[in-house]
Amino acid sequence: MKKLLAGASALAAAIALTPISDAQADELTLCWAAWDPANALVELSKDFTAQTGTQMKFEFVPWPNFADRMLNELNSGGKLCDLLIGDSQWIGGSAENGYYVKLNDFFDKEGISMDDFAPATVYAYSTWPKGTPNYWALPAMGDANGWFYRKDWFENPDLMAEYKSKYGRDLAPPKTWAELKDTAEFFQGRQIDGKTVYGAAIFTERASEGITMGATSALYPYGFKYENTPGKYDMEGAVNSADAVAGLEMYKEIYKCCTPPGYTDSYMGEGLDAFKSGQVAMMMNWFAFMPGMAKDENVGSKTGFFVNPGAKIEASTLGGQGISVVANTDNMDGALAYIKWFAQPDVQKKWWSLGGYACHNAVLNDPGFKDSQPFAAQFLEAMNGVQDFWQEPAYAQLLQAMQKRLHDYVVADTGTAKEALDGLIQDWTAIFEEEGKL
Amino acid sequence: MSDFNSIADRAAAATPPAIARKVRGLSDRAIAWLFIAPTIVLLLAINIFPLIWTVYLSFTNYASNRPNRPVVNVGLKWYQDILGSPEIWASMQATAHFVFWTILLQTVIGFGLAYLIDRKFRGHAFWTTVILIPMMLSPAVVGNFWKFLYQPQIGLFNYIVSFFTGIPPSSFEMLGSVTLAPWAIIIVDTWMWTPYVMLICLAGLRSIPDYIHEAAEVDRASRWRQFWSITLPMALPFIMLAVLFRGIENFKMFDMVMLLTGGGPGSTTELASIALKRQAFEAYRTGYSSAFAIILFVVVFGLANVYVKALNKVKQR
Repeated sequence: MKKLLAGASALAAAIALTPISDAQADELTLCWAAWDPANALVELSKDFTAQTGTQMKFEFVPWPNFADRMLNELNSGGKLCDLLIGDSQWIGGSAENGYYVKLNDFFDKEGISMDDFAPATVYAYSTWPKGTPNYWALPAMGDANGWFYRKDWFENPDLMAEYKSKYGRDLAPPKTWAELKDTAEFFQGRQIDGKTVYGAAIFTERASEGITMGATSALYPYGFKYENTPGKYDMEGAVNSADAVAGLEMYKEIYKCCTPPGYTDSYMGEGLDAFKSGQVAMMMNWFAFMPGMAKDENVGSKTGFFVNPGAKIEASTLGGQGISVVANTDNMDGALAYIKWFAQPDVQKKWWSLGGYACHNAVLNDPGFKDSQPFAAQFLEAMNGVQDFWQEPAYAQLLQAMQKRLHDYVVADTGTAKEALDGLIQDWTAIFEEEGKL
Repeated sequence: MSDFNSIADRAAAATPPAIARKVRGLSDRAIAWLFIAPTIVLLLAINIFPLIWTVYLSFTNYASNRPNRPVVNVGLKWYQDILGSPEIWASMQATAHFVFWTILLQTVIGFGLAYLIDRKFRGHAFWTTVILIPMMLSPAVVGNFWKFLYQPQIGLFNYIVSFFTGIPPSSFEMLGSVTLAPWAIIIVDTWMWTPYVMLICLAGLRSIPDYIHEAAEVDRASRWRQFWSITLPMALPFIMLAVLFRGIENFKMFDMVMLLTGGGPGSTTELASIALKRQAFEAYRTGYSSAFAIILFVVVFGLANVYVKALNKVKQR
């Protein structure tokens, strides 16, 4: 019995005296949204583990809860994440609140140059204040809002002939929002393969960011601007310009005329369901879902992709994220080692091949890039015209105000587009006043 | 026996000698405090302190996502903003609409069901169990499956309405229509919680002694007369209790409605608790949302107090 007790005591002492930091040093937790590219990153990170011996843990949160979960984690000073692939809009708040590690010195020391990455992604995912050489993240996942369409329906000879006789042009992926509306109306309520189909699946989600990301895809091409002068917060005449009003009206018209019934609170998942089940001819969704869709055994071969249509200008809503080191991490060296490894051109090339949207010039400028995937050329085109939501520290308030104004106008059919945008200026003005910026 | 005169002595007798010596030196009052101290500490830590802290935050500009920003006293600004905000008043109106109609429907249907179940019939135990099933489900589950039931293309609800009215099922959207969405959430809450009201009413009906009805029958009182003069007045305290419970619960309704509509379309079903959550955890306006929480607390507390006084009066009659 004494021997048993002595043995147990020795074991307990050994456990108690084992340095905790050693165990943590060999492990990193990476936090991101739960979606297709996250699975690709898990696959990619196996190489990092093989090279360094560091075990990777992943914390993936579904998109509708991603911002809530991760921002609360950062705000509460939690230690869940060593690395965070956070949304581009979080960068202002995370930089100013000290949640992310500033990476300039590290980049200089390791010879990582931001010139090696696509300028739009560096601007959007890495810098704060915007456009200054202060880097808080490495561009990790380029993304923009794009479109998916049923190639087999668009290539149906009968439908092509009918479309041509009706609109005087070929049935093809639309180049403008006006064409998009015509095409969506053309398919709306049509019987195809014995089923009633609908024109388009667009974003209408209320709770997180859905309707803002969807409607800005129409607003930006029509000429919506956040400010007349960047950095001045002078929104009157920019946010509610005649062009912006026209863009918002167009979005509502498409919602009214051409979405499936019950499409009142829909985002990425609902859109994918509608498209994969053959309900809609076109679907707005992020480029991030294109690799998965292209491989889908039911609709992959029937699916085509096109860049967000233009109006006055060509523009797309920016998605995507940079990868940041969380300042609260207990494993700073390990987290920085991951960033260094991830920034290598070979790793970036493999990242693209696995389904991640690399932002490294070694990938994007490769002569074979445009033909490497059926959506690669469109991705390059989209990334040349991306625009993003406010990246201010008060972004969460700014986003909620826009979600409410847009949903009230588009889905709840309250007021006019001008009133919605005027109201939005009032909300945003109050927020910036509270922030001391106005 | 004299050794066991006090609580302290009795406690000491049941404890090891070393501790017993210390216990014997304590008064009954001290022992009583010793026993309730953990509860009081817990109550202070998780109820009273957060309440006081919330009151404090409601007078500041504190935002939980801006830890580095100086915390400034803003006085009554948030209270003034909230009471003058059309959005907040709209959410309070949506809440009042929801609370009023759910209570009315649940009370009427719940009491009706209890009245029927109270009469013994074959299989009544089975039917009682069946009726109780909805209230045993999680609100998250209920929210999710009713979302499917309300789906205009595949949802059973629209097909049932279509079957009885001839309206095409895809022609109306319970959750997407500004007119129908407030009723959609009322229907679901009524479906889920009517059994709860029924149970309380049933307890009230079963508490009425049989001899009162027997005496009424001897006096040749009609069933209708018995209902109005005996059944309803004697069950009234129970009905009022059910109304109180459901009123408080529905005033702070969040989960089921959040899953069903997310507060939409637009802000049509944005109940006060959803608006509060958005301000607190999506916009991170901690000071503002603290003031809003205090206002809601005062409203519920005040209404519940008035109601409990009325309930006591009814019970004394």
